[in-house]
Amino acid sequence: MAAAASSALHAVGAVASAKPRSAAPAVARRRSVRVAAAAKGGPGSSGRGRMVARSAVAAKADEAAAAAGSKSGGHELLLFEALREALIEEMNLDPTVCVIGEDVGHYGGSYKVTKGLAEMFGDLRVLDTPIAENSFTGMGVGAAMKGLRPVVEGMNMGFLLLAYNQISNNCGMLHYTSGGQFKIPIVIRGPGGVGRQLGAEHSQRLESYFQSIPGLQMVACSTPYNAKGLMKAAIRSENPVVLFEHVLLYNLKEKIPDEEYICCLEEAEMVRPGEHVTILTYSRMRYHVMQAAKTLVNKGYDPEVIDIRSLKPFDLHTIGNSIKKTHRVLIVEECMRTGGIGASLRSAIIDNFWDYLDAPIMCLSSQDVPTPYASTLEDATVVQPAQIVAAVEQICQ
Amino acid sequence: MAAAALLRRIPAARAPPTVFVAARSISDSTAALTIETSVPFTSHLVDPPSRDVTTTPAELVTFFRDMSLMRRMEIAADSLYKAKLIRGFCHLYDGQEAVAVGMEAAITRSDSIITAYRDHCIYLARGGDLVSAFSELMGREAGCSRGKGGSMHFYKKDANFYGGHGIVGAQVPLGCGLAFAQKYKKEDTATFALYGDGAANQGQLFEALNISALWKLPAILVCENNHYGMGTAEWRAAKSPAYYKRGDYVPGLKVDGMDVLAVKQACKFAKDHAVANGPIVLEMDTYRYHGHSMSDPGSTYRTRDEISGVRQERDPIERVRKLLLTRDLATAAELKDMEKEIRKQVDDAIAKAKESSMPDTSELFTNVYKKGFGVESFGPDRKELRASLP
Repeated sequence: MAAAASSALHAVGAVASAKPRSAAPAVARRRSVRVAAAAKGGPGSSGRGRMVARSAVAAKADEAAAAAGSKSGGHELLLFEALREALIEEMNLDPTVCVIGEDVGHYGGSYKVTKGLAEMFGDLRVLDTPIAENSFTGMGVGAAMKGLRPVVEGMNMGFLLLAYNQISNNCGMLHYTSGGQFKIPIVIRGPGGVGRQLGAEHSQRLESYFQSIPGLQMVACSTPYNAKGLMKAAIRSENPVVLFEHVLLYNLKEKIPDEEYICCLEEAEMVRPGEHVTILTYSRMRYHVMQAAKTLVNKGYDPEVIDIRSLKPFDLHTIGNSIKKTHRVLIVEECMRTGGIGASLRSAIIDNFWDYLDAPIMCLSSQDVPTPYASTLEDATVVQPAQIVAAVEQICQ
Repeated sequence: MAAAALLRRIPAARAPPTVFVAARSISDSTAALTIETSVPFTSHLVDPPSRDVTTTPAELVTFFRDMSLMRRMEIAADSLYKAKLIRGFCHLYDGQEAVAVGMEAAITRSDSIITAYRDHCIYLARGGDLVSAFSELMGREAGCSRGKGGSMHFYKKDANFYGGHGIVGAQVPLGCGLAFAQKYKKEDTATFALYGDGAANQGQLFEALNISALWKLPAILVCENNHYGMGTAEWRAAKSPAYYKRGDYVPGLKVDGMDVLAVKQACKFAKDHAVANGPIVLEMDTYRYHGHSMSDPGSTYRTRDEISGVRQERDPIERVRKLLLTRDLATAAELKDMEKEIRKQVDDAIAKAKESSMPDTSELFTNVYKKGFGVESFGPDRKELRASLP
């Protein structure tokens, strides 16, 4: 990683690539980077006020892994509150951070992510827009060109399709077509994914639509811990970042550290180390996978579960190390089958790790249908734990 | 007379062209001069500014010079395109120079300008140089966007010129975003978001205008109405071609876009208005001699008589030439010499640009992401070229 040395934040990556992976790590490595306001120390040291690469025990999905290394006990909150905390912290640190979206201000946000922010920061920093996604996303890009750091909220990710031109052509391309003159440090975020009978137009998964846009970075959060960390990292990033949240995950509760921390945008998260098969997943499907993992463990399997988190670019380092160990891959995603994240990931794994595979890569995705309203049909649209169990059994034959 | 003519034929004795020596009869005086615009302004929801524009002889000479330079650059680009040195899309601005020059005269470099793809001359007006313009058009490394943008993507960040956009109308929300940032940072400057009569029918314009009016942003939407959206005349595209009125609740002003002094007056008025009161719409009644782009002959949807008619009656450069001559601020021969020297300037710039090399292959992967991305990326074939993003 050529550029790693230049930034302490990315020293985490350097640590990862320098250390050889042992055959069966007993402890899951969660590499979260803690940042204190001014300190930039080397990796590997612990304690407050220093950059740390931390190892945390995360053997089981229902354990509050995030607080494992926390010195002061941490505090419990819901995922949407974690996002809000991140926003408040960043808006306090940097006066150029502002929030643009529908009903984010006085109403408090349709999923309460921005609740109270308008009272704290005023109408110029928390902007209620009319229903005009194309133009307010464009305005966000224009403001970013001129030095602000807007956080644009799509009330539902699906609505951002109206702003696709702005996201693709302006947001993604301006840094390139201007020969590097302008940077677009914008964050585009919002809930997406299949909810509870919200209907086809409100249950879209746009990861696949945005993934080809050059110049864009994409991350998906899945726990309160990584939601806060990724939001902060996305705001601080100089690149445009699309942060995918999920409608059904907003009320997840977890204990997160009191100290300030950031998650690396390009890094995958080891959820459960294992030996037999690498299961790659993200967002809500992580929970279906962990549920299936319980069944699999009872049946004698030892799956390694990785939440890829970074949808563009893929963390091929973490993923590759896992494949080199288990030699079998299952991708579980909520994206559509055609042209989805899984399709790209499969491609990338074949290109890079073909020699390590003992079985064809299996990919479980949502069906290529508009999400139906009826609950039974909706359940059949997304991947269910039973299918995951069956797939692992098939791969591990 | 003969002696004067003799003097004019010794170019070596003259100082470098950018400064006109006082001994010459071309006026560089900065004495105030008041000139009436060609037609009065028509307004919507606001009192129009006066028809009397204050200027100086020196400024008029600068207008002539700048517009002639732009005209020459565009005509040279035409030849380069036909010689296949410029490829793809090339949208030329000749005929519309007064808008670029008049606007620049009314504002400062702290104000922002954003436009669509007919951007070569705005780039020049904002301080861009000929060599980087031609290099960019020919896809060379020395281009203003390192050869990676092309004709439709000229930018100049240090002069607050935000481009250079290919998708019709998409630059207007960007422009309102720039205005938002100006208000946010309390800069007391304004943004001029230029678009054409074709783009005036885009929904995102009205969305952005609504938001700008609600938030009282210093946004000035300038419709460069050259009466044709590619091949479609304005009366076939817009139910209401009174573009200055289409802001509805937003005030508007209609300006003769071929009269550089009217443009200057209107832009000054608009800037003062926008900084104090919020958005305003300007409609510049202008005309392009070339077709929509180099792929369009420009004569299938309009008559050659119309084009030559406008050239004779309303050409912006000729208007200023007439002003200079009738008021004795310059002689015809001096202006001709200036044009000759501009021609040479442009030819020299083209020669220099032609020498510039094509971008290196590694440039393919630079500027996709901003520095600090920190992750390796793979080349398109995923096997060979591994470019570490810078």
